[in-house]
Amino acid sequence: MMVAAGVGATALLAVGALFALVRMERGPSMLDRTVAFDVLTTTLVGAVAVEAALSRRIESVPILVVLSMVGFIGSVTIARFASVEPPKTDGPKRRAGRGSGPEDSGERGNS
Amino acid sequence: MIVVSDVAAALCLLLGAFFSFSAGVGVTRFDNLFSRMHVVAKPQVLGLLLLLTALALRLQDRTSVAMLLLVAVFQLMTSPVAAHMVGRAGLRTGNTGVTSPRTCDAREPEADG
Amino acid sequence: MKLTEPTGTPRRPLARFTRPWRTMALGALLWVLLWGDLSWANVVSGAVLGALVAVAFPLPSLGTAATIRPGALVHLLGRFVTDLVLASFQVAWTAVRPSAPPRGGLVEVPLRTTSELFVATTASLSSLVPGTLVVDLDRAGPTLHVHVLDLTGSGGPGAVRDATLALEERLLRAFAPQAELVRAGLVDRVVHPHVPPSEEERR
Repeated sequence: MMVAAGVGATALLAVGALFALVRMERGPSMLDRTVAFDVLTTTLVGAVAVEAALSRRIESVPILVVLSMVGFIGSVTIARFASVEPPKTDGPKRRAGRGSGPEDSGERGNS
Repeated sequence: MIVVSDVAAALCLLLGAFFSFSAGVGVTRFDNLFSRMHVVAKPQVLGLLLLLTALALRLQDRTSVAMLLLVAVFQLMTSPVAAHMVGRAGLRTGNTGVTSPRTCDAREPEADG
Repeated sequence: MKLTEPTGTPRRPLARFTRPWRTMALGALLWVLLWGDLSWANVVSGAVLGALVAVAFPLPSLGTAATIRPGALVHLLGRFVTDLVLASFQVAWTAVRPSAPPRGGLVEVPLRTTSELFVATTASLSSLVPGTLVVDLDRAGPTLHVHVLDLTGSGGPGAVRDATLALEERLLRAFAPQAELVRAGLVDRVVHPHVPPSEEERR
């Protein structure tokens, strides 16, 4: 029974990861890719957990800790960069002289 | 006793994997950034919590359960923060895929009295 | 139980390292959990690391005292777990059902508390629980900008605002000191007369 549940769970996780990969490839903006990346990382953590649950392997637990932390730091870093970066799309130019910090609240996108 | 915990673990595995799967589907199907972030903030977190519960039920080892608890708390704390930062970045750069971000600022005039 | 931030400047040079005792305790706890072994070496090295982190990356003081009310805390946690499961099922079903994804929208929710600690906690919790997601936060006000996945299914902007405010109220009742409750307009009785309720909060 455990093996059947493990196989089912792994299949679901694999399909979910594939969908996240599709969004990562397609995602119009950097942030969409970040979100997809977050899903992918968390799915990976889940996959390691499933494997560890099947084989009752204790050594995999620290991997889970590290992976969950790395995923968070990754997405926060990208979000930080994306909020200072000028938008990549060929939209209207927002301002000529940038160079203000990320806390510049005057650049709300009103598209 | 062992059998009961195994059944519970199997159920948690399947349910958690389903939530993870739905997060993958949602992130592909939803049509704008904010909607996609919803699946990261909610089903993904619960799915991971269920998978960790399954692992804890299978291992039944005090040290590992403590570490898994750490992962769970960490996930609960960081997931909204990450979603918030991505959302704010999207709102500020306008890269959300939403045609008009301010669709309903339905802030009624507060009747002071 | 009273948890207050230590205030004032440290007198002794060593106090700079012993003042953040909460960070040290947290560091020791995390270190013990990570190593998975409760030994004195782990506790001490964790506490030292916590102190180093507190000294190297100092955070501004929250300036808010917090109390813990066990009954209200149980209520908050119970609703949190129920809401998390319900919201996850809803979002998961919205994702995998065959029909087209619903229309979402942004709603502004003006909060009642002004304490940064409770504003931040409300934002975190409301991202996790009801069908909402905080995308921006005006510190003046303070106002949350929440995104709703299914605006019509959630009952429109008014219902969303009510749900978020109810969450804030549960949180405040669990953790906020009496003065903050009075200021937020949740309690009528003024227990601390030196903190009168502000004009706009009095209905």
